[in-house]
Amino acid sequence: MAITLNINGKDETIDAAPGTPLLWVLRDHLKKTGTKFGCGVAQCGACTVHIDGAPTRSCVLPHDALEDAKITTIEGVDGRAADAIRDAWIEDNVPQCGYCQSGQIMAASALLAENSNPSDEDIDAAMTNLCRCATYMSIRRAIKKAATKV
Amino acid sequence: MFLREIGVVPGAADAAPVGQERAALTNLSRRNMLGVSGVFVLGLTLAGCNTYVEPEVDADAFDVGDSGPSPLTEVAGGDATPGMWIAIEGDGTVKITCHRSEMGQQVWTSMAQIVADELEADWDTVQIVQAEGHERYGDQNTDGSRSVRYNFHRLRTAGAAMRMMLTDAAALYWEVEAADCTAEPGLIRNNETGETLSYGNLAELAAKLPVPAEDAIKLKDPEDWRFIGQEVPSLTIPMITRGEGEFGIDVDVPDMVYAVIARPPQVFGRTGTVDDAAALEVPGVLQTVRLPDPKPPALFQPMGGVAVIAKDTWAAIQGRNALKLGWRDGPNAAYDSESYGKALKETSRRKGTVRRSRGDVNAGMEAAAQTVSAEYYAPHLTQSPMEPPSGTARWTDDTLECWGCVQDPQETRNVLSQVLGVDKEKITVKPTWLGGAFGRKSKPDFMIEAALLAKEVGKPVKVTWTREDDVRHGFYHAVSAQRLEAGLDDSGQCTSYLHRTTFPSISSTFANGVTSPSAGELGLGATDVPFNAANLQVESGEAKGHVRTGWLRSVCNVFHAFAVQSFAGEMAAAAGRDQKDYLLELIGEDRIIDPTAEGAEYGNYGGSAEEYPIETARLKAVVEKAADMANWGRQLPDRHGLGIAVHRSFLAYVATVVEVKVSPEGDLTIPGVWLAVDAGTVINPRHVRAQMEGGTIYGLSNALYGEITAKNGAIVQDNFPSWRLMKMAEAPRNFEVEVIRSDKPPAGVGEPGTPPAAPALANAIFAATGARLRTLPMIGANGTRLPLPAETATA
Repeated sequence: MAITLNINGKDETIDAAPGTPLLWVLRDHLKKTGTKFGCGVAQCGACTVHIDGAPTRSCVLPHDALEDAKITTIEGVDGRAADAIRDAWIEDNVPQCGYCQSGQIMAASALLAENSNPSDEDIDAAMTNLCRCATYMSIRRAIKKAATKV
Repeated sequence: MFLREIGVVPGAADAAPVGQERAALTNLSRRNMLGVSGVFVLGLTLAGCNTYVEPEVDADAFDVGDSGPSPLTEVAGGDATPGMWIAIEGDGTVKITCHRSEMGQQVWTSMAQIVADELEADWDTVQIVQAEGHERYGDQNTDGSRSVRYNFHRLRTAGAAMRMMLTDAAALYWEVEAADCTAEPGLIRNNETGETLSYGNLAELAAKLPVPAEDAIKLKDPEDWRFIGQEVPSLTIPMITRGEGEFGIDVDVPDMVYAVIARPPQVFGRTGTVDDAAALEVPGVLQTVRLPDPKPPALFQPMGGVAVIAKDTWAAIQGRNALKLGWRDGPNAAYDSESYGKALKETSRRKGTVRRSRGDVNAGMEAAAQTVSAEYYAPHLTQSPMEPPSGTARWTDDTLECWGCVQDPQETRNVLSQVLGVDKEKITVKPTWLGGAFGRKSKPDFMIEAALLAKEVGKPVKVTWTREDDVRHGFYHAVSAQRLEAGLDDSGQCTSYLHRTTFPSISSTFANGVTSPSAGELGLGATDVPFNAANLQVESGEAKGHVRTGWLRSVCNVFHAFAVQSFAGEMAAAAGRDQKDYLLELIGEDRIIDPTAEGAEYGNYGGSAEEYPIETARLKAVVEKAADMANWGRQLPDRHGLGIAVHRSFLAYVATVVEVKVSPEGDLTIPGVWLAVDAGTVINPRHVRAQMEGGTIYGLSNALYGEITAKNGAIVQDNFPSWRLMKMAEAPRNFEVEVIRSDKPPAGVGEPGTPPAAPALANAIFAATGARLRTLPMIGANGTRLPLPAETATA
């Protein structure tokens, strides 16, 4: 049965099997492929989106529980924190392969929206996304740089 | 045929400054300067684009300056014909073909920097066209850290040739000598009048001029480089920050269906009973397909199993969960990595096959004042790119199109042709971006799966590997056991050095019955050892492979550097010497190491001994630099330690200092890492720093946590965190990289950061605690602390 989800400020009609995680609705049904699949068990964070502003791993999140939520993906995230994060990411050449970076940016922009001056410990606690290219040092530097701009 | 040397791009007329372009062309035509009219019907070709079209043009149309075929098809490194690498559109857009796979090493940007520099392009006009897999590009195998090394000269040549053709075109137009014209970013200036013509305006005219001969091409003086060696902004990163760009898993083809495959748990296990009734009941599941059981050797074959085809990936995964499958044991059913590891260690205690020897190592040991010995063990690892393998295939009659995250599209095409029995000319392989690769995606088994399934299903199919698939069905880094022995004289100097290494060869994946490592594998950190002991011997043991063994970032250098550089620390300790000082003495005087002079078969990463000798001076220089950066010898807080390691791999020299803090209980933190790299000529220092950081963490992560084990022939781990990667909180807080300035030929950078990481860590832990950790992983997937022996806990 089709349901309506609000994604990046736009209502989208979804006709996916009940229980299908939001990740696959975004990727396979809506062709919003910026949100990535990395593990399917909420361990790696590549699938991170914002649900009502909160960073959330979409690979284990049934899409049909989100009818009242505001869903934001990498394609739609904006605002001062997200802009500052993107700018710092570009200025500092943070991504390498880039595959996990949608999730990293969603996690980092949510952190910065909540906490405009995160400490190293705050960054460690918020940034649990895996990156096999190991851009961790660059991410830490870029979050601190972005924090000076918000 | 020279008319395609500058591609004139289909649709260029739709590009923005059409009016300007038309005006210029009209102007050129009006002057009719070349005595030709109506010659602008050029072959439409965009070199390297996904639908390469040979230009169909009337040969009579370009009699002006026709000098026949390109004289640049065989320059050092391959074909430098400019039209294959560069297309300039009427609006000035410069499209540069990248024939290597972009997997985070920033190869799009670095290849473009090389071409654009010699071309004198305006960087803001540069775009990349990803090449499909085709022999015309030469080697496309994006592994071995060699994209820059293999292509530096020929891409410079291509860029310079096109710059000269544009200059010649402008000179013809102004009726002056080419020497009176100067190329500036995106334009040619008339030195006398100051007039300028943009590249966009000159492109069509330049296309009619002959490609210069190689000896006429003047490459820029390095002092005049504008992009090479500079921190030029990335061509991919702005896209990445918006979720743009297409990875293999993102490919979407009309009418496509989605596949997930249940593969036999053992390599060469077979599919037995199949009950797909429940799977077919899952909403969205369309059908199941049984794949053929492979026969040894593994090669790049798919491993068989049962595919579930569905309307989306989730339905396919759910369908797979609902399959009831009976697997049949194969020849590797008894494989148990624990007992196998013990056998490897036993093998390394016996004399093996001598692969390099000087002096008399036994006599050296006997004459020594003291002897030191140690055994090291490193487990299977998996590459674990964040994007699991994914391939998409579409058949149209008997032609096959494939898209995917492949490191080697040319080999993928070859293998598809062989496996499917389809003429290569009917197959196109289009690489997407790769969401990490680290060697996994140089094996195109997932592309063959997609092609087989698309044929069977009669629709385009995307095969997605789940993380469980990636962890359980990989091409694993070899498990290894090594024994090192040394004889030290009265002063502690190493006079006799023996290294025995035992591991299953990658060759066992490609041929039956291989039990001995290749010279190439031993040349990755064993037979190229740079120590100056009077007596030295490197031996290899026999080992049979029971899983698919494959390349992983820096390959055998990982375990060889771990053992050799840890052992250097052990010798220093036995001699009562400072690690760094002792390491420098082990390397000894400035000289060139030639392993072949001591009986080794040595490939030197494909580099010639003349161009890329093993230079001890460069090894020692990075040791000194990294030590300086770390302020080696400084007073450290209690339970802190510094460790150092140096290793040459992929023709680059890297020294790494790691600082650790270890609590009495074994809790580890890494406050800092200092790394010095000499990779010869560098295209973009930022890329090098990123690769050094990433390569180091790759090495630290694997050394601390990484382990793949097997029981009853099946891999035990399945997903994160049973396969564990380092996280932000565990990564070093401070990481400094120094890229040594050098005008030597370019070396690799993607892999050389990895090998020194683990031994520098082990040496640092020893310095902090007195505990020598010789077995990897040090902590493991489920551990939280280093396994410190009781007597060192309070050291």
